[in-house]
Amino acid sequence: MSAGTGKLDVLVTDIKPINTLVKRFQFERADGRPLPNFSGGAHVVVEMKDDDRMRLNPYSLMSSPLDTSHYAISVRRDDQGRGGSLFMHNQVAVGDRLVISYPVNLFALDLRASKHLMLAGGIGITPFMAQMAQLAANGSNFELHYSCRSRSLASYAQEISAHYDHRIHLYYDDEGQQIDISTLLSGQALGTQVYVCGPRGMIDAVCSQATAAGWPDQAIHFEEFITPPTGKPFKVRLARSDKTITVGEHQSLLEAIEAAGIDAPYLCRGGACGQCETDVLSCDGSMLHNDHWLTEDQHASEKKIMPCVSRFEGELLELDR
Amino acid sequence: MVAIMSDDTPEKSIISRPMYGRLSAGNSTHHLFVADAEGAQAILDMQVPNASEFYSRAHIIYIPRDSGNRYLSSLQALNAKQFYTGPSIATALQRLQQTLSTAHMGLQLYLAGTEGLIGQAMQVAMNAGMDYAVIQTEHRGSRARRVQCVHCKGITEDVTTQPVTCSHCGLLLLVRDHYSRRIAAFQGVCINAEDPSYVPEKQEIFK
Ligand code: FES
Repeated sequence: MSAGTGKLDVLVTDIKPINTLVKRFQFERADGRPLPNFSGGAHVVVEMKDDDRMRLNPYSLMSSPLDTSHYAISVRRDDQGRGGSLFMHNQVAVGDRLVISYPVNLFALDLRASKHLMLAGGIGITPFMAQMAQLAANGSNFELHYSCRSRSLASYAQEISAHYDHRIHLYYDDEGQQIDISTLLSGQALGTQVYVCGPRGMIDAVCSQATAAGWPDQAIHFEEFITPPTGKPFKVRLARSDKTITVGEHQSLLEAIEAAGIDAPYLCRGGACGQCETDVLSCDGSMLHNDHWLTEDQHASEKKIMPCVSRFEGELLELDR
Repeated sequence: MVAIMSDDTPEKSIISRPMYGRLSAGNSTHHLFVADAEGAQAILDMQVPNASEFYSRAHIIYIPRDSGNRYLSSLQALNAKQFYTGPSIATALQRLQQTLSTAHMGLQLYLAGTEGLIGQAMQVAMNAGMDYAVIQTEHRGSRARRVQCVHCKGITEDVTTQPVTCSHCGLLLLVRDHYSRRIAAFQGVCINAEDPSYVPEKQEIFK
């Protein structure tokens, strides 16, 4: 498939349970060569062939960008989800071959910063693992505030605390601890950049409070991969390809387009990068927009859709694809 | 050589020259103003919805220069949390640098007045790690240029004539329309290098 980026054949060389929900997977290149370079914040898209179904899920690289002998990702099991994480948890074994995309970075560090202020929630810790390794090697100034449900579910908390010491601040929900976002934002020296990765509520809170306090957009960075929501099946007419397809309950529109043998562009598959933006030719029904790429006006206009995460309810949706 | 211009728009033809806008009250908890001479009027003209609250979180650094005390009482009446007037751009820049060294993200910076002030204050702000996006500028008053002699690198302030004598090396300089943001100055090039006996008459054109 040529639509995303180039592909890499990898071997699963290690799988480690981190806690009851999270497993860490390590990949090495099948041909034994070093993997491509990447910068902290990059993700890869993992292809999962599950019987006759193909899933492609994005995962942030958490291993050090300084060591390209392997890549590592962490997968949090989601029992209610569409099955990608369950596939990784239950079907993938050490020694398996997988296909992953080249790394793409949509959450890059701004290296001109005098300080990097990082806020992580839950599994949102993973891109910061790679970024911290990169910053520590450069001798750059950073500080991480990491909020977790409980001590037992705090993936990598002990490891990073031991490694980065006072730069790491941990907060446990079940002990009533919370990141005081506004205080944190109000005391940062000029030249600080803020980065947030975690649940939607946390990202919204950091972005809106930073903006209200006068931080320029350029200094606010966030990443949230939305997992494509499930929903009622719906019909789509692909005008350029002259095909009509049905998007299944657990399938994304993008996956259904791909399953019909059509190359469609994508990078993040999580509603963030804008790559999959598609023109809507007609819409007899209502679109269920889930991305945070299009503006509210664009959502309302019903002229564009992001097929990686958005759905449709109604008679027929016709796309320029 | 220099296009006729309206009173508040710098020559549009100079691509390297920064564009100036109109000050407008930004969204933040901290506001810092640096202005010289007529730049005061840009601050006074700014629409501020909740002025007393806004200025209770503002700091104004003002250099009256040849406007004397024309604007002082109006500026004071804004009741800024801090109000400082200084004798020269140099002292104001020093104060700006000090202020920025302990300032926090979110600070909005407003620069108003002559191009020399705006350009130099901008440099100080960028060196302190500020982002363009939180710096607003408004040009007011004199079009005098800050000129750097390309031969001795000396800076001559408040140049209104074409040509001008370099205040450092004494060469007669043609003031070019080439503006350097890095040094916040226009370039001055010797006008009579081939024939020093050629001394064109100085004309007052940057007013
Ligand atoms: S692939 Fe990135 S927004 Fe759809």
